[in-house]
Amino acid sequence: MRRGIAATALVATLALAATACGGDDKGAADGTKAGGELSGTVTWWDTSNDAEKASFQKLAEAFTAKHPKVTVKYVNVPYGDAQNKVKNAFSSGSDAPDVIRADVGWVADFASLGYLDEVPAETAKKIDAEFLPQAAASGKFEGKTYAVPQVIDSLGLFYNKKMLADAGVQPPKTLEEVKTAAAAIKAKSGKAGLYLRGDDSYWFLPLIYGEGGDLVDAKNKTVTVDNEAGVKAFKTARDLVSSGAAITNATDGYANMQTAFKTGEAAMMINGPWAVADTYAGDQFKDKANLGVATVPAGSAKAGAPQGGHDLAVYAGSKNTAAAHAFVEYMTSQEVQVQSTKDLSLLPTRTAAYEQPDVKGNEMVQFFKPAVDKAVERAWIPENGSLFEPLKVEYTKAITGASSPEDAAKAAGVEFRKILKGWK
Amino acid sequence: MAAHTSQSVAKAAGDDVENDVAARGRSRRTDSDSGNRGENRGGKGASGLRRAVGTHWYAWAMVAPVVLVLGVIIGWPLVRGVYLSLTDATERNVSRTIGARHIEATYQFVGLDNYVDVLSDPVFLQRLVWTVVWTVACVSITFTLGLILANMLNREFRGRAAYRMALILPWAVPGFVSVFAWRFLFNRDNGILNKLLDGGGIAAIPWLDDPTWAKFSVVAVNVWLGVPFMMVALLGGLQSIPGELYEAAEMDGATAWQRFRHITLPGLRTVSMTVILLSTIWTFNMFPVIFLLTRGGPGDSTEILVTQAFREAFVSSPRDFAGSATWGVLILALLMIFALVYRRSLRKQGEVW
Repeated sequence: MRRGIAATALVATLALAATACGGDDKGAADGTKAGGELSGTVTWWDTSNDAEKASFQKLAEAFTAKHPKVTVKYVNVPYGDAQNKVKNAFSSGSDAPDVIRADVGWVADFASLGYLDEVPAETAKKIDAEFLPQAAASGKFEGKTYAVPQVIDSLGLFYNKKMLADAGVQPPKTLEEVKTAAAAIKAKSGKAGLYLRGDDSYWFLPLIYGEGGDLVDAKNKTVTVDNEAGVKAFKTARDLVSSGAAITNATDGYANMQTAFKTGEAAMMINGPWAVADTYAGDQFKDKANLGVATVPAGSAKAGAPQGGHDLAVYAGSKNTAAAHAFVEYMTSQEVQVQSTKDLSLLPTRTAAYEQPDVKGNEMVQFFKPAVDKAVERAWIPENGSLFEPLKVEYTKAITGASSPEDAAKAAGVEFRKILKGWK
Repeated sequence: MAAHTSQSVAKAAGDDVENDVAARGRSRRTDSDSGNRGENRGGKGASGLRRAVGTHWYAWAMVAPVVLVLGVIIGWPLVRGVYLSLTDATERNVSRTIGARHIEATYQFVGLDNYVDVLSDPVFLQRLVWTVVWTVACVSITFTLGLILANMLNREFRGRAAYRMALILPWAVPGFVSVFAWRFLFNRDNGILNKLLDGGGIAAIPWLDDPTWAKFSVVAVNVWLGVPFMMVALLGGLQSIPGELYEAAEMDGATAWQRFRHITLPGLRTVSMTVILLSTIWTFNMFPVIFLLTRGGPGDSTEILVTQAFREAFVSSPRDFAGSATWGVLILALLMIFALVYRRSLRKQGEVW
């Protein structure tokens, strides 16, 4: 009950604040272009991390230089809570943001619930012509375009060049090589070889792709997480930890992983381009050249990393859709994308951006672009995001040895079928 | 009977004032005295209601706002929750307003299907067992510690006020702040607790990474949060026990243990029973400690019934409102059964409740 009261109070306060400071633009805030010029307030909920947010806030607020009558309200929402917060705001309608930065896995879900405003036809055409096709695919649902890709990413193997060189090993290409490399690193420095995140199932994807499996087969409406390849992936995860090649945690994994890697407690980790800016801040990487990135280690079948990234979408209930869409277009424009590559080593979604010297010359892009090109496209179904939670429970159980790989795979399959009603 | 009734109808319709005064004069006794009049009243239906309203209108007027507020903030959500648990409402089919567009609700009544689903799923039993273990462990440890501390503080010594302040501190800090602080302390790789153990040459303990240790950790944090309340309540109880009893007992040569057993414990009984009941209900539904400390993990090993209900409603998509309401109603039913049994056993022991 208390929470309800607090929420009501909060909404009331925000409503008051909004009317107080936005009183003048009320008339134009209904999405019409007063005299052809955009005006009003665009509230943007950004989910970028601590190392990235200052840069994005600056870029977002620069929108005002192009459209002086539009005020951009930048709000950073921590990625972990964002999906819930966005849904709460969207379904209640009040206090909802005009634009959100949605993980590629959320777009179909939000769109299927009717929360997203379709991208204007002109922009949709441009997306098909000018963006990386796999990035463009993530913004679509049932043939319509609901989101514009902002950044694209994938996972790679980050390694500490010096630690590997000291132990006399090459960056490993397979999980078997990870094990031998880890043994050498432990013998040389006493530190761990690999930090493998155990509290988030996204990090399980390279393992299951590595065995030639996948979570689901959307074409045939079949759950595949519990097939032979799936079981093998759970076994691999457990084996990496029990053999001592990798260390993990069942809570606070991301923070612990970054700390372990930045301080040299672990020589390798699996992570994405969003972690680069933060990693450079670590003691071990004062000399940026010490950070190496390689393709995720292969399992018994191949090396595969998931395609990730973020799209920008406009809330269907926004009072100011014209300005909101203009803002999205600006934030996904080539100059903004190039700038965020320059600042944060993030990967653009526009094909032409890769021709720009700032992007072309970026070492992380040089590595991650081929990785992204080869990345495994996920099933863009509304339930995409929901699968990660039950999978997380089973992945954590398997990796920490609380349950056998076979049981974990089976239980994940049972939960998946509960979510995907009618699937095999 | 018929004569009685017609008579009272006539009376009620007749001289209101006289009736009023008489009823007012008698009303104090109505609860305790003869069932005779009560029975008479019960059989009268509309006229009885009219008379009751007529005679006690001021009382009704006084109670009305409270009833209204309770009805709005407790009754309505409760009724709505029970209703939702009998439907197939999810995020996809409830009514919602998106900007100017309004989408009508399309969920349907499905009877007891949700209850069958939840109760036939082994998950429910697993969660229930751990919830009971968690509640019993937390309440008994909290109560014992609270009792010991209250006894220690219930005597004159130097710096008593400072100790009391220190012991109440966990209660003054907002719950989520303390839970987050504990989460940092418990961190296996970088937490202070393991750094201390390391200093003492003991291997790191996977506080939140191992199912058993995680259970231990959540109980420990909840006890830490709950002890101040127990201590303060019991301290109040201790101070209401007359000192003469102890003096007399001492004169009779009773040992300290005997005094504690035969004076302190019986003297604290009413207070203890209340705080144990309250604490049981709170602990049973203690969402923040579990959710913020472990998110129900590692895996799902520390998930209790309420956190599971949250998981149903808010974690997967589309959010399953009906399923979550079902869990909520089941939790409520369990607590009501517990309260009834508890009350009955207290009655048997002669407590007035």
